[in-house]
Amino acid sequence: MTDVAVTPSASSARFPPALEWIARRAEGFVIPVVAIIVGMAIFSVFIALLGKSPAQLFDLMWRGGFGSWFSLQNMLSRAAPLLLAALCVALPARLGLVVIGGEGAIVLGGVAAAAAGVWLDGAPSLLVILLMAIAGMVAGGIWIGAVGALRHYRAVNETISSLLMAYIAIALMNQLVEGPLRDPASLNKPSTHPLGEAYRIENIPGMDVHWGLVVGVVACILSWILIEKTRWGFAARIAGGNVRAAQVQGLAVGPLIVGFCALAGAFAGLAGMIEVAAVQGNANGSLVAGYGYAGILVAFLARQNPLAIIPVAVLLGGIDASGGLIQRRMDMPDATVLVLQGVLFIVILFSETFYGRFKIFNPDLWKRSA
Amino acid sequence: MESTDIGLWGVPLAILGGAIRVSTPFIFVSLGETITERSGRINLGLEGILVFGAMTAYAVAVMTGSPWLGVLAASATGACFGLFHGWICKFPKVNDIAIGIALMLFGSGLAFFFGKPFIQPSAPDLPAIPLGWWSDVPQVQAALNINVLFIVGAALAVFLWWAFRNTRAGLIVRVVGDSSDAARAMGLNPDTVRLLSTGVGGALAAIGGAYLSLYYPGSWSEGVSSGQGLMAVALVIFARWNPIGCFAAALLFGGAGALGPALQSVGVTQGYYLFYAAPYILTLVIMIMTSSPGRSLAGAPGELSITK
Repeated sequence: MTDVAVTPSASSARFPPALEWIARRAEGFVIPVVAIIVGMAIFSVFIALLGKSPAQLFDLMWRGGFGSWFSLQNMLSRAAPLLLAALCVALPARLGLVVIGGEGAIVLGGVAAAAAGVWLDGAPSLLVILLMAIAGMVAGGIWIGAVGALRHYRAVNETISSLLMAYIAIALMNQLVEGPLRDPASLNKPSTHPLGEAYRIENIPGMDVHWGLVVGVVACILSWILIEKTRWGFAARIAGGNVRAAQVQGLAVGPLIVGFCALAGAFAGLAGMIEVAAVQGNANGSLVAGYGYAGILVAFLARQNPLAIIPVAVLLGGIDASGGLIQRRMDMPDATVLVLQGVLFIVILFSETFYGRFKIFNPDLWKRSA
Repeated sequence: MESTDIGLWGVPLAILGGAIRVSTPFIFVSLGETITERSGRINLGLEGILVFGAMTAYAVAVMTGSPWLGVLAASATGACFGLFHGWICKFPKVNDIAIGIALMLFGSGLAFFFGKPFIQPSAPDLPAIPLGWWSDVPQVQAALNINVLFIVGAALAVFLWWAFRNTRAGLIVRVVGDSSDAARAMGLNPDTVRLLSTGVGGALAAIGGAYLSLYYPGSWSEGVSSGQGLMAVALVIFARWNPIGCFAAALLFGGAGALGPALQSVGVTQGYYLFYAAPYILTLVIMIMTSSPGRSLAGAPGELSITK
């Protein structure tokens, strides 16, 4: 261990600092990229074993998800809800919590926003949209905030409780949409009353993508600033590393946990609100679309870094967008995309084990090989 | 016909029948998860294994005409998934909870992928034993029409409870789960024990899936599971890692799940959807009541990541 401590000065004499700077940061980029390539290769073998052409598959995936203006817009539309759903996992993760029930906050956020929008019908549109967003965020924030409170004050495991709360939220949504909030005109698919045209979130000018994408990107950037640049984020990282140490330092761990969880839930609730105001036009069973679970995937692939969530969500959105084309052209089930996501997820999680194992990424160790 | 008109007595009877019918997958998944967690790992991927098991069992039953071959094939695939989870989690820095979520996605995806052609054809059901023969009341007969797998599950719960205490294998699993260091000092390899425990857990979870597709609800579709694999993880904590407790908790879950349909059958339709949430609310309330800060859960394996 001693030579590790003294080498930085010795090695900087031999290697340019820029090279060391790159090497230290390359690890977090090279390992995931190699993992994605390996995952794609494994998936290619799977496709080839089924007698289909992997080349055609990747060609279709490129064209359906990334290759044209149409598919790019499709990709971005699908990435939008994933950004906020992933933040619901990434923020509590900084405190060492594994929250997997974002789906519940999304669903309740959507219902609360729809109820607010119908109730406020007639008020100025910008005000109503703002209040709908607040309603969605409050609903989601209370839901996941409660998970954090149970964790800290009652020592209830947050992974399990958030999951249970997600199922309860879905039942609550069904009850509300079938009962008190139901629009009698919605016969086959029970829904709330439709929102007024003025209260819908529109598309970004010149694109077929709604403003939710911008909201998601801004939320990711703000979350990154919160975690990396503020004292609350710093405190959260300490508490995530060692709760006892944080308490010894006088940090209010309880409010920190509840606050981060509530913010995470608020982002998920906002995703539900956007889904209602930009896509569905009312709250209905389609809110249970699995965004919460896809968000877990995105957050883990981004290694819980809010900025990294943006490219990962875009990548997954593209893979998702290409599903329909693959299904039609190659006569394969739409679950093909799910299998690919599963393979990528497993390989990338597995790649965690390689961090810190390669000398090339650690300039402190270069001297020994030189 | 007065003997068939049992009025409100139909509610507890329907709940009992529902409990027995609905609880069987919970019994198998939770017993499997108990073995895995007792060895110090948690496998959230049982949901995916269950769905893949349901698909395999159904497909094999359609092709061979034998539901028991389906159950056997399902448990074999479940063991493979479990062994895969156990193998990948032995590498340093690999998070068993995250791998579980990935496996859930992968198992379900693979099941939907290969299961598409089997949504239409119908498979032979697993046999049930009519234990209600002594009664003239059809509701009683319906409630006591018990599937063989339920009885196997009940016997397995008792056997595991005994085996954890009294057999060498049971003790080895518990030592590894409580302290990797102690296990190594005894000359045991914790990774191997956990690998095998996760494999057995996967096999049992897949049998739970086979019950879903081959008996109740008795068909294969993409919505065959309503989260039984995930709920079983909560159930194991609720049952304090005790196999007999798992059996009782599974019955309770099944009964709570049958509450809504039972009440609806006698005309109570208010809050119908909320009754669907009854098992989840019940679990949450019990977890809140029995947890407390400052101490880990009684009976929890020492090496388990979620209770540390």
